[in-house]
Amino acid sequence: MKHLIDIMELSPAELDTLLDTAEDIIANPGKYAEECRGKKLATLFFEPSTRTRLSFEAAMLELGGSVLGFSEAQSSSAAKGESVADTARVVGCYADIIAMRHPKEGAPLVASRVAGVPVINAGDGGHFHPTQTLADLLTIRREKGTLGNLTVGFCGDLKFGRTVHSLTAAMSRYAGSRFVFISPEELRIPEYVKSEVLAPRDVPFAEMRDLESAIQGLDVLYMTRVQKERFFNEADYVRLKDTYILTPEKLHRAKRELCIMHPLPRVNEIDVRVDDDPRACYFKQVLYGKYMRMALILLLLKEAGRI
Amino acid sequence: MIIGQLRDGYVLDHITAGRGMDIYHLLHLGELDCSVAMIQNADSVKMGRKDIIKIGKLMDLDFDVLGFVDPGITVDIIRDGRRVEKKRLHLPEKLTGVIRCRNPRCITSTEQGLIHEFRLTDRERKVYRCVYCDSAARKA
Repeated sequence: MKHLIDIMELSPAELDTLLDTAEDIIANPGKYAEECRGKKLATLFFEPSTRTRLSFEAAMLELGGSVLGFSEAQSSSAAKGESVADTARVVGCYADIIAMRHPKEGAPLVASRVAGVPVINAGDGGHFHPTQTLADLLTIRREKGTLGNLTVGFCGDLKFGRTVHSLTAAMSRYAGSRFVFISPEELRIPEYVKSEVLAPRDVPFAEMRDLESAIQGLDVLYMTRVQKERFFNEADYVRLKDTYILTPEKLHRAKRELCIMHPLPRVNEIDVRVDDDPRACYFKQVLYGKYMRMALILLLLKEAGRI
Repeated sequence: MIIGQLRDGYVLDHITAGRGMDIYHLLHLGELDCSVAMIQNADSVKMGRKDIIKIGKLMDLDFDVLGFVDPGITVDIIRDGRRVEKKRLHLPEKLTGVIRCRNPRCITSTEQGLIHEFRLTDRERKVYRCVYCDSAARKA
C-alpha cells in the first residue's frame, strides 16, 4: 500500500493491519505520540470539509507531526489554473504525505501518480471517501466484535451516498455478510453495486421501502442524509428528505445490540432523542475516524520509508 | 467485387455489419501508406452480413481496440500470401487512450494531458469503467 485512493485496493490483510494498529493506538496512545516527529502532512482541500480536514490534522498532531495546507481552492494556485498534477508535484517537495479532497472524481489518483509521496484520498466528489469507510469498519469491529456474519442495513439516500457504496463493497468481503437496503424508489442502491459488487460474491441482500419493518433483523443500521445538492429539483428534495427519520419509537423493534451509525453531518434523519440511546454510535464513529487516519498515516509513511 | 490477395498483411473478418468504419477510424487506418480495403455488408453464412477489412502491410495492430469494439472479429495474419495465424479476440482488461470518459465530474474533463483509461469490470456484460471516476463507458 503506497497510497489510499479506493478502499477496495486494500487487501484483507492490509485492512486488518490498519484496524489492529488503530486498536493499538487507542489502547496505548503514548506509544505513538512521537512517531511522526519532524514529518509534515499537507491537507489539500480544494473544497471545504472542516470535519475531515480537522480529523486528518488532529491525527497527524497526535502522532507528533505537523500540518500545512489549504482549505478551499480559492486559497490555492488552482484558482490561477494550475493542474492537479502540478500542485501535487510541488507539494510533494514540501510534505511527507498528502491528504487531498477535490470536487473532481479521480483527482487524488492523478496526484498519487506524480506526487512522489503517499497520497490519501480524503474525498473526490461523489466518488470515494475511503477514510470514512475505514472509520466505519473500525466502529463496527469495536461495537460488534467482528466484521463477519452481520446483517447491515443502509437507510436513506442509497443512490448518491458514496459511503454506502464503499462500505457495502468493503463488508461484502467478510463471510456471512448480509445487506438490507432501505430507501425510497428514487434513491435505490445503484444497479452496479448489485451486479458488480454483491452478485460476484453471492452476497445476500434485500431491498425494502419501510424502515420500521426492516429494523428488527439488523445488527448495524447505517443512516444517511438525503443531500439537497444531489437533486436537480427542489420539490423532489422536499418531498423525500423526511421520508426516513429514525426515532426512539422506531427503535422499539430493534435489537438491543444494534449499532446505529451515520457518516454525519445529520440534518434530521436521526431524531436527537436517539443520541442518548446506548445503541447510537455515530459520535464514536467520528473518534474512530481519527484513530484510523492515525494508523493510515503511520503505515503509509513507514511503507514509504519516511519513518 | 474482387479485391486482390494480400502478400503480407491482415484480414479482419467477421466484423459486425456496420462497425467496419468504427474500426477503420479507431485503428487510424486512413493514415497508413499501404493499401487498405473496406468491404461492407459482405454475405456471411454465420452472420448474414458482415464487414471485412484488408490491410496490405504487417505492423503493430492494437488488438485491444478490436477486442473492445467487436470481440467476435477474427484476425488472419498473412505472410508470403499464406495465412500463418488466425487470432480470436478477447475483451482486453484495459483500454488506454481508446475512448473518452463522458462524466463531467471526472478529473479527465478538466486536467490537461491526461490519457483516458478504462478497465474491464464485468466481462459478461462487457462493462468498462473509467479508472478515475468509475463511470461506465459508452460503446465505442
